[in-house]
Amino acid sequence: MTVKWIPGPDLPPPSLETGVWGWLKKNLFSSVPNTVLTLLGIFFIVATVPPFVRWAFLNATWLGETREACTCMAEDAPGACWVFIKVRLGMFMYGFYPEAERWRVNLTLLFFALGMLPILLHDRLARGKAETGLAVLSAIIVFMLFGGIAGSVAALFFLGPFGLSRTDFSGLFAAADGRRIRRAGPLLSGVLVCVAAVRFAESGAGSIAASVTLLLMFGTLIRKASVRTWQWIFLFCIYPFIAYHLLMGDAFGLPFVDTHMWGGMFLTLVIAGIGIATSLPIGILLALGRRSEMTAVRTLCVCFIELIRGVPLISVLFMASVMLPLFLPEGTQFNKLLRALIGVALFYAAYMAEVIRGGLQAMPKGQYEAAEALGLGYWRMMGLVILPQTLRLVIPGIVNTFLGLFKDTTLVAVIGLMDMLGIVKTALADTEWLGFPKEAYVFAAAVYWIFCFGMSRYSMYLEGRFQVKRR
Amino acid sequence: MEQNPKIKLIHNPRFRSLVIQAMLLTAFVVLAGFAISNTARNLEKAGITSGFGFLKEVAGFDVSLALIGYSRSASYGRAFMVGLLNTLLVSSLAIFFSTILGFLLGIARLSGNWLVSRMAVVYIEIIRNVPLLLQILFWYIAILNPLPRPRQALNLTDMFFLCNRGLILPRPVGEPGFIVTPAALLMAVAASAALIRWAGRRQLRTGLRFPAYYTAAGLIIGLPLLALAVTGFPVHWDIPVLKGFNFRGGMTVLPEFIALCLALSLYAAAFIGENVRSGIMSVDRGQIEAARALGHRPGMTLRLVVIPQAMRVIIPPLTSQHLTLVKNSSLAVVIGYPDLIHVFAGTTLNQTGQAVEIISVTMLVYLTISLIISMIMNRYNKKYAIRGR
Repeated sequence: MTVKWIPGPDLPPPSLETGVWGWLKKNLFSSVPNTVLTLLGIFFIVATVPPFVRWAFLNATWLGETREACTCMAEDAPGACWVFIKVRLGMFMYGFYPEAERWRVNLTLLFFALGMLPILLHDRLARGKAETGLAVLSAIIVFMLFGGIAGSVAALFFLGPFGLSRTDFSGLFAAADGRRIRRAGPLLSGVLVCVAAVRFAESGAGSIAASVTLLLMFGTLIRKASVRTWQWIFLFCIYPFIAYHLLMGDAFGLPFVDTHMWGGMFLTLVIAGIGIATSLPIGILLALGRRSEMTAVRTLCVCFIELIRGVPLISVLFMASVMLPLFLPEGTQFNKLLRALIGVALFYAAYMAEVIRGGLQAMPKGQYEAAEALGLGYWRMMGLVILPQTLRLVIPGIVNTFLGLFKDTTLVAVIGLMDMLGIVKTALADTEWLGFPKEAYVFAAAVYWIFCFGMSRYSMYLEGRFQVKRR
Repeated sequence: MEQNPKIKLIHNPRFRSLVIQAMLLTAFVVLAGFAISNTARNLEKAGITSGFGFLKEVAGFDVSLALIGYSRSASYGRAFMVGLLNTLLVSSLAIFFSTILGFLLGIARLSGNWLVSRMAVVYIEIIRNVPLLLQILFWYIAILNPLPRPRQALNLTDMFFLCNRGLILPRPVGEPGFIVTPAALLMAVAASAALIRWAGRRQLRTGLRFPAYYTAAGLIIGLPLLALAVTGFPVHWDIPVLKGFNFRGGMTVLPEFIALCLALSLYAAAFIGENVRSGIMSVDRGQIEAARALGHRPGMTLRLVVIPQAMRVIIPPLTSQHLTLVKNSSLAVVIGYPDLIHVFAGTTLNQTGQAVEIISVTMLVYLTISLIISMIMNRYNKKYAIRGR
């Protein structure tokens, strides 16, 4: 006869080992030193965070247009005066760019966003999402051109179907077939961009705007393998011309805006954008040169890279601004912005070259041999086989260098350009608004932080994307 | 195989490479010659004689911080030395602080304590993503400049004062016989180094352990104290006193110096913290388990197994961070700290106009510092790199 053994029910785990208490015990109070550390940490947070929050938000002045709005700040409860930032926001963003012409800057950045978006979000941007993006951009264009009311109507019109299709309310709107509107999205947005172009035609920029519109429609409506090529062609060949004419003016009836009027975040973006776009190709060439078998080429590249990497960027900028004019025949006029750009691009090209060299060295020899066995010449071997793999390998390094470049654009303030920091400095010297340096620098830091943090997160996303592909 | 004479010379790879190199070199020489001749003509036109004769001329400007004797009537060469020493001073102090803070941050990020590791992450992410120049300006213009004037200075025990002129500290003044103390300190350091070497060798040979580090600490603290006591404390403190609108006596740490040192240390520490973290994480978990299996206590595991292996990974990026820090110290120019760039490539260049000489010398100085540091790093690498891999 067998006795069936029936186990009693399990006891619940000790209440101190699970749930919130368990987590607290494990992560914060596991031992005496840990408890002390936790208490110290809590003390530190209590000592720093509430005063900052009080200063930045609770006691801060947000409303108003003049300095008087801020003088009510009591001595014992200091608060930030964000009115200062609000009043100066235009200057922080555009520098001394004439107020009536600022739409040109916006339009340039918008074109850039349009050009970059499909590349940045390559696989996130499925067919439907591309249309969503386009709809959002169209709404923004309408908003910028015709003001808030028209903009919100447009946003409702374009975005409604996308939002509703993701919620359960879609049944209510069965009459308005979301899918049909979505199909019509690109077409409608194209028409809207055309309207925008016509509007600009009055100020003379119509021809540019119309051609850009056509190109954009071409690029977004035809989605095949060639589109990616087209996107790069647009960014590196067509876009620079459009941007140059749009920003500088003096063509197509646009008034001339000299580069010494440029400033603020806009100038920072210009320097960073051009720096990034030029330093990567130069860096690739330098890296290839450094690994070349030709002694003269290699020596020149090594000397250049090591020289640049051994000195601070400030000295390179000083050299570009003081010595470069000496090297050229007398009477050659040289734009200050161009000098800074040359300095930044050459400096970061050297760093980029080292990053890419690391990737080239990590490439297995078999890849070179296979490419040679296929009968590819040097440039085709590099362009089709080696470099695509190398660049994918060193994405984190490249993005780090870009981040460094973006942060170091602040240094152009030293040679007298009015980038974000330069503008902040002039704004602080304004006698009407003396005494708000904290607000200005905290604001500038927040802006830079958003850009840099976003870029580093994007690099992580890219890394993950390529790693999946390699397996 | 004999070469087919019908193949054109241009398809011969060696010939092609020679032609390309010759063309490149010619282009380089022509460009350099063009630049040099232009420079010569431009300088002649501006009436500037090239050469380093200007270094002996009288500078005629003041410098707010000089470690060696300097006055208005000193030469430009002297000003150059002053600037160079100031750069080295602020760099070495910032390297010291940033390394300590960076190691703390790296360890804190890996801490089992959730709060501590989160705080380290937040610090690193905030500091790393804001430009250094902005941080320097923030400390200088937004924090240190609005401090009260000397009359309302923040007062700590009537000896330390913080005001918009900087941090004012008591200054030790040595009387005759004081020289013995630094000598004793030097001797203690040398003796400690020798002791640690000897103890390590003895342990390898015999397995006997000697508390070398405690002894060394005792020596370094005790010997100078003993020297002070024997010579009868030949030192007194020059305590700052408020007289009129400023302080008299004591020594002043310039606000520019504080801002620069603070910003450089905090900024570099965030990067060093990440290096330290990756170094510690690179040590295989099996190593720690093996050490525990051998019966080492956690402290000893850390000291004997983890840290030596982690250091091998940490040191190369650490030195390159230090190198970056030295180069970043040139940002001093924006807040007027008299470093090499400010004194030499700024004021001296403006006064003499000797652009070519001054910029090249400045670059050469930084290049030399870089080369020295990377040379030391290479030697270290050679010594400690894993062999046989």
